[in-house]
Amino acid sequence: MSMTTTPRRVTPVPIGVLAAIGIGFLAIPLVGLLLTTPWTRLPSLLASPVAIDALRLSLVTSLTATAIAILIGVPLAWVLARAQVRGRTVIRALVTLPLVLPPVVGGVALLLAFGRRGLIGQYLYDWFGVQLPFSTAGVIMAEAFVAMPFLVITVEGALRSADPRFEEAAATLGAKRWTVLRRITLPLIGPALLAGTILAWARALGEFGATITFAGNLPGVTQTLPLAVYAALDTDREAAIALSVVLLAASLAVLLLLRDRYLRGGAS
Amino acid sequence: MRRTRAALAVAVASLSIVVSSCGSDGAASSVTVGAAASLTDVLTRIGSDFTDETGIAITFSFAASSAIAEQIRSGAPLDAFASAGTTSMGPLVSEQLVTGVTDFATNSLTIAVPAGNPGGVTGLSDLERVSLVICQEQVPCGVATTSLLERAALTVSPVSLEPDVRSVLGKVIADEVDAGIVYITDATGRPGVEAVPIPDDVNVSTTYQAAVVAGSDQAIAAAEFITYLRGPQAQQLLRSAGFGAAP
Amino acid sequence: MTLSARLELTRGDFALALELDVAGGQTLGLLGPNGSGKSTTLRCLAGLESPQSGVIDISGTVVEDTSRGIAVPPETRSVGYVFQDYLLFPHMSVIDNVAFGLRSRGASKREAQESALRWLERLDIAELASRKPGQLSGGQAQRVALARALITEPDLLLLDEPLAALDAGTRASVRSLLRRHLADYAGAVVLVTHDPMDAMVLADRVVVLEGGHAVQAGTPADVARRPASTYVAQLVGVNMLRGDAVNGVVALTDGGDVRIADLDMSGPVIVALRPEAISVHLHHPEGSARNVWQSRVHSLEARGDLVRVEVDGPPALAAVITPAAVADLRLHEGADVWLSAKATDLDVYPA
Repeated sequence: MSMTTTPRRVTPVPIGVLAAIGIGFLAIPLVGLLLTTPWTRLPSLLASPVAIDALRLSLVTSLTATAIAILIGVPLAWVLARAQVRGRTVIRALVTLPLVLPPVVGGVALLLAFGRRGLIGQYLYDWFGVQLPFSTAGVIMAEAFVAMPFLVITVEGALRSADPRFEEAAATLGAKRWTVLRRITLPLIGPALLAGTILAWARALGEFGATITFAGNLPGVTQTLPLAVYAALDTDREAAIALSVVLLAASLAVLLLLRDRYLRGGAS
Repeated sequence: MRRTRAALAVAVASLSIVVSSCGSDGAASSVTVGAAASLTDVLTRIGSDFTDETGIAITFSFAASSAIAEQIRSGAPLDAFASAGTTSMGPLVSEQLVTGVTDFATNSLTIAVPAGNPGGVTGLSDLERVSLVICQEQVPCGVATTSLLERAALTVSPVSLEPDVRSVLGKVIADEVDAGIVYITDATGRPGVEAVPIPDDVNVSTTYQAAVVAGSDQAIAAAEFITYLRGPQAQQLLRSAGFGAAP
Repeated sequence: MTLSARLELTRGDFALALELDVAGGQTLGLLGPNGSGKSTTLRCLAGLESPQSGVIDISGTVVEDTSRGIAVPPETRSVGYVFQDYLLFPHMSVIDNVAFGLRSRGASKREAQESALRWLERLDIAELASRKPGQLSGGQAQRVALARALITEPDLLLLDEPLAALDAGTRASVRSLLRRHLADYAGAVVLVTHDPMDAMVLADRVVVLEGGHAVQAGTPADVARRPASTYVAQLVGVNMLRGDAVNGVVALTDGGDVRIADLDMSGPVIVALRPEAISVHLHHPEGSARNVWQSRVHSLEARGDLVRVEVDGPPALAAVITPAAVADLRLHEGADVWLSAKATDLDVYPA
């Protein structure tokens, strides 16, 4: 039996082969999409009323959902990372739930809670005549529901790994709690906050199952880009592909914005 | 010693797999049928009766007819297609993707309301007033709905356009809307849903057709199933589910 | 500008019980090994931790009194804290770091930055104003941290191992700078260190902490001369000589002279020489050592595994060697010996 040493820089063949398969698995569907895109018709397809409605709606709802995710998510992350509350494990499980829950199940749950006969929804309907399903607000809720965990988890991670002693140093210098938060804590987790925001936005933009189950599907009101793709799929395939390319472009933009930051851990 | 025993076990296992799969050409064992969503309950029952009688196993894939047509176009491994309406079947015939098209039932539309009729819907004209859910106009039940609304000269503002009739029904059962337009068969005998009838003079009749998918290796068994569909036992079940006779 | 504190704290197996009194303008050195409770003491004084029981009085204001439930938070205490690893805010420039304390108290950005710049000039680092902490050397960061803590003119200044993070070369010069600024400072200073040299050079009074208790207190010279325990003796015992420096030679006040490496130093100085840096010989040693003294052994004392050899002056020095070396040299009280030390092993400070 002869012994040969492999220089470390050379990739072993089995690993190389599997990696190549992996790259193919991920790249081929995208290549397929790009090859079947009707590039010349793209402008006219995207200028149709359905497409414009879907684009505008997706943009508005995803940005609003992200804003909500930040407003509620950052304090939530702070509580998880810093506060001495009992039941932190339960809170963290709740926060992570939308990540593992199938989106349609999430939509059903939202319906049972906020639908016309839902736990909370029935009072909204009976007392104020407000029905969240079938409204744009419903879309925003569904998107915020699935997007918030990304923000909370990223920010919590950053708050945990941030050195709390900087805040102590600030306190010894005379900074009150609000000043410490504003000038020390938040700036130090800035990069992570940005990464979490971008991820949350991307997730909100792509949400389908919860939206269609909870908010329904009506052009201009609740038909976001993914729903428009689904609706067009069996009848106007080229329109469906055109809209898919828009979503693909948005996803690529997200990845470019994030570059290595999130993939490396997100801490400052 | 252990190595040879393991190798023997592997050889026996692979042999038995090969032998069992050999049985598939010749004696038919399983037929896959793509069928319209509105046929879900009744076809499942008809299918199990068929299997009891002939020993041929049946698997169903229920979805909107237009979706199934697309699947057949993309080469999905379906042996037969049961569609709601002729809109999806027609193009497949001209593209020679299906053979032996047969009508086997008809269906009409009805207004479905949640139990207790919270919107107080008594007729078509009420649909302009209450919250309404209908099928997307591209799917067969949507085609029928559009036709119905035209005939009845109604202008409605639905709150959602669902991808298939089951989703419409779901929203009605959940009491999220006051009314939905579904097939009569969807509302018949279903708890949580009441049916408000539509007058025959404006109602739209959808013809249900079945065909064998071209190139299927279970063509004979599939054809047998389609014949069974037109037979007395199947028609009896179809009738009690609310379907009308084939034209 | 005084400090009066009594602290009791228990954490797991560790118990701390300490009483401190520091007058304005005075520096108290808390000397002890790691784990002796030095940092915990500082944190309690700053308000970052609360003792189980105790009273802390800063310039007449009771900021902590466990019996009455008084616990003033750190941001309200008049305390400046220089941390062991400086903790300069990484996302702010040097000038913003220094200005932070003033801005937190309501000063405008312009006023605060003007004050900050003056402090940077005082510490000879004005040119670093727009740099970020990540671009600073250890010595520079140390000075920024000092400026940041002093700018608010606190009644109490706390220094946690201020020189520990510096390399040996920088340590001496920063120690010198610190000595100068502490001398000018009107408030009370508590300096925590494990390096006896820091205590000797910077402190007016020393408290030696061992296992959470003060085992000895006094002036640095007292503690060095009469160590209360073996630990203290091993800890301190640095040779401290006073004299006048001219052209690289220091004429010692008590007689004799010492050659130092810094030729520019002049005027009254303190020369610090570690006993471990002195070699003991039976005959006039050859070699590069610039300092050679002839002397007589005054006493031999076992200190743990080593032996402390004290010789008659001038200069009266102590050296530390192994028992084996003592045996080889056949040392005994009254024996004639030669001592040598390199000029580079001597630390010189302006007195």
